[in-house]
Amino acid sequence: RKIIFEKQWFYLDNAIGHIYGTTFEVTSGGNLQPKQEVEETTTETKEAGTDNRNIVDDGKSQKLTHDDIKALKDKGIKGQEIVQQLIENSTTFRDKTEFAQDKYIKKKKKKYEAVITIVKPSTRILSTMYYAREPGKINHLRYDTLAQMLTLGNIRAGSKMIVMETCAGLVLGAVMERMGGYGSIIQMYPGGGPVRAATSCFGFPKPFFDNLHEFPLSKVGSLLSGTFSTETLPSEPEDNSLVEEESNGLTAGKQASLQETEEDSTTETSMEINETEEQETMDINAEDVEFKENKEKANVRIFIVRERKQRERRKKLIEAAALLREKNADGLIVASKFHPTPLLLTLLEFVAPSRPFVVYCLYKEVSRICCFRFYSLSLTLFCCVTCLFFKPLLECYTKLRERGGVINLKLSETWLRNYQVLPDRSHPKLTMSGGGGYLLSGITVVLDKGKSDASNLEALKMEEPSSKRCKVQDLDC
Amino acid sequence: MSFVEYGDTIKDGDTAIVFLGHESMFPVKVHHGTVTQTKYGVIRHSTDLIGKKYGSRVTCSKGGWVFILHPTPELWTLNLPHRTQILYSTDISIITMMLELKPGSIVCESGTGSGSLSHALIRTVAPTGHLYTVEFHQQRAEKAREEFREHGVEHLVTVTNQDVCKNGFGVSNIADAVFLDIPSPWEAIGHAKSALKTEGGRICSFSPCIEQVQRTCLAMEEHGFTEINTLEILLRVYNVRTISLQIPDLGKAAEDNSSTGFDNSDPSSQGSSCWNLQQGTAQFKSGVPLREMVGHTGYLTFATKT
Repeated sequence: RKIIFEKQWFYLDNAIGHIYGTTFEVTSGGNLQPKQEVEETTTETKEAGTDNRNIVDDGKSQKLTHDDIKALKDKGIKGQEIVQQLIENSTTFRDKTEFAQDKYIKKKKKKYEAVITIVKPSTRILSTMYYAREPGKINHLRYDTLAQMLTLGNIRAGSKMIVMETCAGLVLGAVMERMGGYGSIIQMYPGGGPVRAATSCFGFPKPFFDNLHEFPLSKVGSLLSGTFSTETLPSEPEDNSLVEEESNGLTAGKQASLQETEEDSTTETSMEINETEEQETMDINAEDVEFKENKEKANVRIFIVRERKQRERRKKLIEAAALLREKNADGLIVASKFHPTPLLLTLLEFVAPSRPFVVYCLYKEVSRICCFRFYSLSLTLFCCVTCLFFKPLLECYTKLRERGGVINLKLSETWLRNYQVLPDRSHPKLTMSGGGGYLLSGITVVLDKGKSDASNLEALKMEEPSSKRCKVQDLDC
Repeated sequence: MSFVEYGDTIKDGDTAIVFLGHESMFPVKVHHGTVTQTKYGVIRHSTDLIGKKYGSRVTCSKGGWVFILHPTPELWTLNLPHRTQILYSTDISIITMMLELKPGSIVCESGTGSGSLSHALIRTVAPTGHLYTVEFHQQRAEKAREEFREHGVEHLVTVTNQDVCKNGFGVSNIADAVFLDIPSPWEAIGHAKSALKTEGGRICSFSPCIEQVQRTCLAMEEHGFTEINTLEILLRVYNVRTISLQIPDLGKAAEDNSSTGFDNSDPSSQGSSCWNLQQGTAQFKSGVPLREMVGHTGYLTFATKT
């Protein structure tokens, strides 16, 4: 099979049988050849200038023309030799400082020496790769932030975890790696099914999937209210009924969150949740329709297989529902494109006391939209500042405080700084900031329904006017 | 209770975390007949703790209450008795991921220090992995052994009392990962290499000073390590607060009124309710960075043996 990577194409056949971490050279035929350690050919580099006072950029320092280089390449000459030729034909190379020469060679090597290293997949590799290549697919979850989530969530073998993610299955994969096939995971998914594109990159052995369950987010409401039953499950070809159910489920979920918030706050605040949800809901539906259309086409073709699959799916769904009903999960991980507040308030119901939970959220999009709207209303910059950061998690924080049953709430962010470490040339490489997202973490505790709750409620009422006002304003942004 | 397995109820001999609120907490060893003093009064272990669920609210003698939490490596890190400087969860999390640790991994660590990282490593490699940790300070090594026994993880860890720079880790060709937190890590790189499996593995060195990093990187290169990468991770914590800012009086009362009118006409926009014009303030929720934050813990240098 032909693979294209960084403007190179090659076949992987020759790589089989080599250990992970082997470096290969790409030859003209697309074959891979293991690269041997070459002694650095630093023959004349001893000759070097001390500064660049006499180096003039006249664009004529390289004596080889563009066509010459192309000719060399076409002849299939090794990259190493091309680099050597480039150095020899550079008039300024000798005048450059030793460090600049080093840099020059490195740059040219990168361009002309096509080498690739084949490594084993891991959370480290995949999360770094996804962040660099397809950050949009993983909600810009930076790898150090993912690392924090795994630690704060106390992910380990033997736990029973609830994971809600729309990060292409990367977060799920990371959790699976840390659990090593021990314990169970229930993945909550929006729409027609869980996305596990990144999960499959990990190459987990089959047994890892035995205790991986999935449960549709749209059924959470009915599960909590006790109306969930197998009868409501799709028994007909599921495409049509699913669409209906999806929307039904969503409203059900909404009602559930409505009821929930009603318990400890006024209806007005829960209305506000609803409004935010509605925006999100529209997004989901739009995507669902597209998804379903594709599905429908496939359905006609493999109807019978479908039937059987569906029965299996149903069985798994019942299993997952049973696991959730126990309400004794060992933790909750949320990293999705949805508003985290309703997710968290509802899903925390399934978590046992004294267990950690972590919510990831990236606010950037939100803040940008909000800035834009404010400018268009020609209000002052001041308003912008009010909702610039943390909108969803700030709200989440407040709502959780109102709900109770959680302690040690922490809103945090990590900064990551990479360094270049070379003799006499050590310095920070780049600062990555802001783009990594934010985390809200905490620990669940037993939710008391005693006398102290009354006093809590009173305290809440006292606070309400101010918090309510702010939420209205938040929404508006 | 165990640090590698959740339990539902508190039992005699458990280590539990007493949570007082506002990030103030401390660990207790649960024993029949023992009492613990808190600022909210006395907790009697036999009646107040044993048999109760983790995560319960416990009312103390003075009427105040605390929460009792199940121990985790992260809570332990915040509460352990310091014998040395320790690594905190922010660094620990990136170390764990970058060393590619998971259940079944064999890890070598030096020095053990106060065991902050050790607990996190054991948690991650359990139930089939193992931690070989080396501490040259005899008293610290013994204290660590005692703690591992108390926390129910002694079967997952071997503590060796020797100098890692001279004598290495006491094992060879079995480790998937090596972690070094010692003053002169470059002297231990050779030993680290021989502790790692022949087919390769990952290494990490933690150093506060760039000069240490420099020498470590050189040593790693000499020993044929690849993918050498140095990074630093910082945690920023935010307080969530309601803030009110005063609106300046610019003497434009008429215009203010008109803009309020505009807002009200827009059904989706009730933002003006946040502007309390009578009082001349506007309120909003904000995540405020803490006044002081940890600016530097150490540089983390990672590399691969192939």
